[in-house]
Amino acid sequence: MRRQSRRDFLKSVAVAGAGVLSCGAAAASSGPGKVNNEELGLLYDATRCVGCKACMASCKRVNAASGSLAYEHADWDKDELWDAPQDLSGSTRTVIKLYKESPTRWSYVQSSCMHCQKPACVSVCPVGAMTKDKTTGIVEYDKNACIGCRYCQVACSFTIPRFQWEKTIPQIVKCDLCKNTNLAQKGIPACAETCPAGALTFGKRKDLLADARQRLKESPDRYVNRIYGETEGGGTNHLYLAAYPFEKLGLPDLPPEAPAEFSEKIQHTIYKGFMAPVALYGTLCFVAVKNMKKQDTDEHPEKDAGKRRDE
Amino acid sequence: MAGHNDEFQRLDARIFTPSFFVLLALTLIGFFLVGVRYVKGIGAVTNLSDGFPWGIWITYDVATGTAIACGGYAVAILVYIRNHMRYHPMIRSAVLTSMFGYGLAGASVMIDLGRPWNSYNFFLPSRWQGNSVMLEVALCVMAYSMVLAIEFLPALLSAMENSDWGPFQNFVNWLHPRLVSDRESLNTGKEWMRSAAAKIRPRLDKALIFIIALGITLPTMHQSSLGSMLLIASTKLHPLWHTAFLPLLFLINCIYIGYSIAILESIISSYAFNRPFEVRELSGLAGIVPWLSVIWLSVVVGDLVWRGQLHAALSLDFYSRFFLAEFLLVAVGSMILFNKRMRRTPRWLFVSAALIVLGGALYRFNVYLIGFDPGKGWRYFPSLAELMITVGIVSFEILGYQVLVKLLPVLPRMARRGSHARERGARLAGDAT
Ligand code: SF4
Ligand code: SF4
Ligand code: SF4
Repeated sequence: MRRQSRRDFLKSVAVAGAGVLSCGAAAASSGPGKVNNEELGLLYDATRCVGCKACMASCKRVNAASGSLAYEHADWDKDELWDAPQDLSGSTRTVIKLYKESPTRWSYVQSSCMHCQKPACVSVCPVGAMTKDKTTGIVEYDKNACIGCRYCQVACSFTIPRFQWEKTIPQIVKCDLCKNTNLAQKGIPACAETCPAGALTFGKRKDLLADARQRLKESPDRYVNRIYGETEGGGTNHLYLAAYPFEKLGLPDLPPEAPAEFSEKIQHTIYKGFMAPVALYGTLCFVAVKNMKKQDTDEHPEKDAGKRRDE
Repeated sequence: MAGHNDEFQRLDARIFTPSFFVLLALTLIGFFLVGVRYVKGIGAVTNLSDGFPWGIWITYDVATGTAIACGGYAVAILVYIRNHMRYHPMIRSAVLTSMFGYGLAGASVMIDLGRPWNSYNFFLPSRWQGNSVMLEVALCVMAYSMVLAIEFLPALLSAMENSDWGPFQNFVNWLHPRLVSDRESLNTGKEWMRSAAAKIRPRLDKALIFIIALGITLPTMHQSSLGSMLLIASTKLHPLWHTAFLPLLFLINCIYIGYSIAILESIISSYAFNRPFEVRELSGLAGIVPWLSVIWLSVVVGDLVWRGQLHAALSLDFYSRFFLAEFLLVAVGSMILFNKRMRRTPRWLFVSAALIVLGGALYRFNVYLIGFDPGKGWRYFPSLAELMITVGIVSFEILGYQVLVKLLPVLPRMARRGSHARERGARLAGDAT
């Protein structure tokens, strides 16, 4: 390659990548999105939870029809007497786990969909099978739209959506606050309705936050002074209070910016109004046609084995 | 392109070679396992889990395979945009490889999708979810596959025009003697096909340039978006790789991989089919590659410095080692190619292009799999069956390429036309492949 043509080449590559390049700068600044405190959510107080797992049982009973029916038996349970899921799964939308620091220091922790303010799962789903309800804020899954790409699983920072790996006709399983079952019938999700210890409270996010703040104020010794979910990952509607650092309970330490905020900004900068691709296509057509014309008038000089053409 | 069809030729060689049967066997094993997957579920054949929902199929077949299939894209930029028509003879084999690469990426997606029967949603604009990077990738890849097919059509049409349909007739004979009892109508049918091809081809030639421009736009879009896919995994992807520059890095990465693959492919098929090496064209291509990879390497380093992650790159832990491997493979490959003399020998061309392809592919593995950490308790290593499905798909790809270059005018016309040389070439090709 001659120096001249090499530089030209790099130039055309730079033009092609210009749209992409510009996004790098745009992505650097990024504030947290707006939080809607009118949405519905849950407050889980780990210090009140007695680990009875009644919430798990009622969740399975109520939502049996939407994929979370199967009971999961532990290896030691030869007679299959207990439903003992070890984690969330294609059969389990909510699970109570135990964090044990020492024989006297331990805590239960609930795990289920966080119903993010800006859910990554909704942001990535190509066919709109994950949706966030505009008024309630509930993040819901529609198996009739889902193609099973599992991008939602990759995207969710909490690793909440689960896939039915062993089924011929699988689906994604995750909590939807009993949107079409218990909530529709009784106005409350089954877990919160069942909980005998008052560990799970259901309501508007603003009320839950006020309640949580109240508890933190009343008994500061009881809790770690933080409401998990208030800002984490752009804020979640499922909030946590606990006596141990949340990282120890298996909840990830997240920055206040939602991952979806960051990725959408970059993607939208590249594809703003589809201008960059259209401009790129136009330019390419123009250059290619021009080159073709030149080619035709030049009578195929490139066939000349000894010589090369270059502008 | 008009007037360029004489640049290409069919490879005269046997189709049923030993390698044909080896590849066929691997393909069949793969297809059998795909059958198992559809009956028993994805979990029955893979080690995928809720923590690692994407494994080797997405990482290799889709994210890496389409980059390796970028030869057609990269060579098209050179020929039609940079107007280096001397590379034109390389374009058909590059487009053919791209076609296989993308076609089979599409096939593996269909194997990987849990609910493929719902994938018609990709064609319903009412179902589109505009924020999804995957939607953009999927639509672009589908459109590009169609574009590739159209770009390849001239080869098919000129074959239809010029061939005596001998192999086809033999095939029909072999298939079922009674099928060809009506020789008369078969002949008129053949004539009709031939004249139809002759009519379509010049028209297609005129419109082709706009298709080709589309064939450069679409990969530019979806290759950068393949990088954007992992932007969302901000807490799971290791900071060595999670950067706002992912789309740009993926774009440059696929172009230098594309040229390197075009070099490798030409050297391998020259060797396997005993054709002369196209050293002059190749060293020209090879002059571009290191510049691209140097830009890429500088963006990588600059970005690491900017984000203050340089220490992570040099810490020599698990992630750092994979990062350094990727980095050094690309860097060493480029260093070799900067040397003019080495660039002119097929051996060094081969070595350096292979290093760069390996390094570039490792980068994509790092982003999609190795640097991906969903948290405590999750591990992934592909199962044997999972690997064999990928092997089956790749075998099918090579198999198809091997057969098609023997049926259609794809490879550049050989410089030495002596019938003696060609016969010898064909005979050796039959043995070698
Ligand atoms: S926790 Fe995960 S699944 Fe639930 S809304 Fe947030 S991103 Fe979606
Ligand atoms: S698996 Fe289903 S719900 Fe999840 S992103 Fe894919 S299509 Fe959407
Ligand atoms: S029902 Fe209430 S107390 Fe019992 S395990 Fe569930 S959250 Fe804890």
